[in-house]
Amino acid sequence: MAATSLTYALLVVLAIIYVFPFLISVATSFKPDAEATQSPLSLIPETFTTAAYERLFLNSDFPLWFRNSVIVAIVVTAGRIFFNSLAGYALARIPFKGRGIIFGALVAVMAVPGVVLLIPKFLVIKQLGIYNSFAGLIIPLLADAAGIFIMKNFFESIPPSVEEAARLDGAGTFRTFWSVVLPMAVPALVTISILSFQGSWNELSHFIIASQSPDLVTLTKGVAQLSSGTLGQGTQYPLKLGAAVIMTIPVAILFFVFQKRIMNASAGAVKE
Amino acid sequence: MTATTPTPEATSVVAPRRGAPAPRRGGGRSTSRNLAGWVFVSPMLLILGLFLVLPIVMAAWVSISDWGGRGSPFASTVGFVGGENYQKLLTGGGLAQKDFATSLRNNAYYVLLVVPLQTALSLGLAVLVNRRALRGRGFFRTAFYFPSVTSSVAITVVFLFLFTASGAVNRVLAWVGIHGPNWVNDPRGVIHIVLGVFGVDSPPPALQSAPLLGLPWWQWIAGPSVSMCVFIFMAIFTTSGTFMLLFIAALQNISGEIDEAAQVDGANGRQRLFRVTIPMLRPTIFTVVTLGLIGTWQVFDQIYTGTQGGPAKTTLTPAFLSYQTSFISQNWGQGAAIAFILFAIIVALTVLQRFALRERGVPRRKRFTKGDAA
Repeated sequence: MAATSLTYALLVVLAIIYVFPFLISVATSFKPDAEATQSPLSLIPETFTTAAYERLFLNSDFPLWFRNSVIVAIVVTAGRIFFNSLAGYALARIPFKGRGIIFGALVAVMAVPGVVLLIPKFLVIKQLGIYNSFAGLIIPLLADAAGIFIMKNFFESIPPSVEEAARLDGAGTFRTFWSVVLPMAVPALVTISILSFQGSWNELSHFIIASQSPDLVTLTKGVAQLSSGTLGQGTQYPLKLGAAVIMTIPVAILFFVFQKRIMNASAGAVKE
Repeated sequence: MTATTPTPEATSVVAPRRGAPAPRRGGGRSTSRNLAGWVFVSPMLLILGLFLVLPIVMAAWVSISDWGGRGSPFASTVGFVGGENYQKLLTGGGLAQKDFATSLRNNAYYVLLVVPLQTALSLGLAVLVNRRALRGRGFFRTAFYFPSVTSSVAITVVFLFLFTASGAVNRVLAWVGIHGPNWVNDPRGVIHIVLGVFGVDSPPPALQSAPLLGLPWWQWIAGPSVSMCVFIFMAIFTTSGTFMLLFIAALQNISGEIDEAAQVDGANGRQRLFRVTIPMLRPTIFTVVTLGLIGTWQVFDQIYTGTQGGPAKTTLTPAFLSYQTSFISQNWGQGAAIAFILFAIIVALTVLQRFALRERGVPRRKRFTKGDAA
């Protein structure tokens, strides 16, 4: 009995530590600047103000950053759904020559750490003439080996008899894939959509090297520069925390709606 | 993007080509299958090739060239300098070498602290949350996992606020009478601080020499700076949720019977945890440690958002230094060389991870006999 209550006490303390940073961000974003520094622990603002949000939305480039992030995340997600399922289907179901080599290459490519590729990716983006464009922000992010694996595993679990029936009806490979197999793969497609959206929404380093233009700044890049003082704003914690809160909201909504699926997928993706 | 999209027409044109010269029956079908397969994977191959394989080749060239950032790195004006960029970093004796050594030191302490702590914490969380009789299991899991899905930029902004000189963390420390440091702006090494308590404030003569990468021993043993500690806490905070999920999955694969058998044999809770459960989690622990090692050598986002390498370069990491050297100082060859050395470090660790994953395939019973023999 004593052991059980000790477990609960420990869990509650830990949960408070994990949740507190998010609660304090929301609370502080509604405080005036001075109060934010004077009472950094209070979860209820003494003077409630939306000044930070007004500044973010009315007097800064924040709405532009938000728009850019939305565009990039949506296009990347749509692109990955299509390309990952195409490649995953071929690797799972089309016994073509060279499949083994491609699969091996994919495993090798997955091991290359993203941070190491910053300079090289910049070089290629420059050479292709897509520096300072949405194409440069989006196309390199479409390469996603982990998503291909998720789709491949899913397609392997679909009974082959389904495709046989379609093929006997005279459907070609793409028709079979598009109108028979793909609709069955909706659960896996939802998983990779969530992971893709989350991944591209939270991406930072690629956006840093893919453009310089102020018109193409995304949320992560804009808020990071705001935070490190590159943009020359002093402390202004309510403003910075308000920005952090807003950039967390889309991912948080996605997380709470699809919680179970996200948790299963991230445990599975690392394991396989 | 649209250019690489295979259209339905493209594939269906291929499909009915039955009349192609075939050595035996069904040969035409396999040709069309080959084509369909390649058409399906081609968009992915193109993107992966352009943005993963080609970049590596280009960067390899830049790291042995004197390209200055203007025009194509393959232009005839760009000269081959051999291993000069690498040599400057490893034996040059200048500022480049000192910065590189400093970044390696900083990141090594980061890895050394983050990996064991995040593994232990995530295992602990998993064991706590996995209890069958626990109420509010879902809530606790969500609370611990949530930091893992949010952006590192947002978390860094929050942590910078929590760890200001008069911030939340120092207020809490003041409750128990501790006067907290000026966290993010404090460049003092933790080990130097401890030595200072014992009256050792300056390097003893033995530690003044600098045989390893041009950085004096005294600097190597400085420990992570107080500033770096903030990033260490943050890494543990954000990654423990993900690894907790891995441990929960592994715990659920362990059958309850084994635990019950141990209970029947009279083992108490603690004995069951340390003698039964943890040994059976060994493969997962190994995986988590290797993934941790790979991840912690790539710290970039947090440093970019937080300190940009400061104070006094004590949060400089190889990943950030590589970025800074190339994009800010325009010293592309050297930046690429740093990236390749970092790559080598991470590849060595990835090989270790593949090895760890292979062990997962060993049937359970075999693993036990192996363990028993040892």
